Amino acid sequence: MNYHWDWGVFFKSTGIGHEIYLDWFITGLGWTVAVAMVAWVIALILGSVLGVMRTLPNKTLSGVAGGYVALFRNVPLLVQLFLWYFLVPDFLPESLQVWFKQDLKPATSAYISVVVCLGLFTAARVCEQVRTGIEALPKGQSNAAYAMGFTLPQVYRHVLLPQAFRIIIPPMTSEFLNVFKNSSVASLIGLMELLAQTKQTAEFSANLFEAFTLATVIYFVLNMSLMKLMGWVENRVRVPGLIGSTGK
Amino acid sequence: MMDFSQIIPALPALTDGMLLTLRLLGLSVVGGVVLGTLLALARLSDRRVLSGLAKFYVNYFRSIPLLLVISWFYLVVPLIYNWLTGSFEPVGAFTSCLVAFVMFEAAYYAEIVRAGIQAIPKGQVNAAYALGMGYGQAMRLIVLPQAFRKMTPLFLQQSIILFQDTSLVYAVGLLDFLNTARSKGDIVGLPHEFLIFAGAVYFVISFGATLLVKRLQKRFAV
Repeated sequence: MNYHWDWGVFFKSTGIGHEIYLDWFITGLGWTVAVAMVAWVIALILGSVLGVMRTLPNKTLSGVAGGYVALFRNVPLLVQLFLWYFLVPDFLPESLQVWFKQDLKPATSAYISVVVCLGLFTAARVCEQVRTGIEALPKGQSNAAYAMGFTLPQVYRHVLLPQAFRIIIPPMTSEFLNVFKNSSVASLIGLMELLAQTKQTAEFSANLFEAFTLATVIYFVLNMSLMKLMGWVENRVRVPGLIGSTGK
Repeated sequence: MMDFSQIIPALPALTDGMLLTLRLLGLSVVGGVVLGTLLALARLSDRRVLSGLAKFYVNYFRSIPLLLVISWFYLVVPLIYNWLTGSFEPVGAFTSCLVAFVMFEAAYYAEIVRAGIQAIPKGQVNAAYALGMGYGQAMRLIVLPQAFRKMTPLFLQQSIILFQDTSLVYAVGLLDFLNTARSKGDIVGLPHEFLIFAGAVYFVISFGATLLVKRLQKRFAV
């Protein structure tokens, strides 16, 4: 077995321009974060709206949100990505199609597809968490609010949502982390995010082991630090008086 | 505009693809549950080292993307394997993916089993010990059967997620259901129709299974 171990490979030239392999990893991490953050914003906004819709007394609205969740949770992420990347652009109006396929850089059109796909995919999960959070609140909360003369929007804005969002932080944290992990599917439509850069480094340098180790460490550290960050947020906004708020 | 008629001649190939998907799913679930149960037992053990290792394993696999794990087991681990055994036989994409799924899913199953075991009242274990059972007997005969009963719906839900995740073997070119649909669609020049068909099939199976699990959940309630 002739494997040339070389942990210094990341500081070697890639042979393309003045870049070293580490630059590729940094670019890749940049794309990964850019995909995950924008997708998360979409998921958070859309998911919250859908989650509220699911708990509304109106049958049509809650049915629409329920259908959305069923659809987006039961089709594999990769299939959804292919639909957004290969199929949807063909159904756009002519001018948008030309813009998406020709005017944009390939990386940009792949980026848009991934962000939309991952945002809508995660929204279905966020919706379920928001719904669970709202349903977990005692019925007396909204009844008391109604008794005080609050309107339906006021009940949600001032009573239900401020509590629901705080108690669902732990499950939302894992959805947030999932967005980062799921963004790796972007590598399959050619977006040069972290995983794609890793594969490219492995191919160019033949130092497979080192490249994949570095990628694993980056994902691991990213994940752990985001978890710590969310733990801190959870502590800051904890609802006083609940069991979770005492002790650690 | 859409022409779905070309899917009919492709059905035998698509069925083969689905069989590969289901074979991968079945083996991964079995392997994942077995390894996951062992990990959960290790995690709950009194031995610090053992529980620490199990905890690290679970945290480690839960913090990296499945696609990265597949790449590890497809590209890097076979290299190490051949190196250790001195053989130059390729490991094969199916085996690589299977091992990746088992290792990855075990981390998720382990958490389900752990929660299941922890939900068993302590009196059950004490009663088993009082009857003279050892640790192994108490686990095998008293705790795990009850825990598994409680966990069945969660197991099934995780397995539905895994069913969808098997489509990621596309990354290593394995001809599972999705990849077969993609390649057939490209060959006959109708990629959209085949992609929609694939999505619909995944949806029907996952959604049907989800409804079944919900029904089971009511029956399994202890």
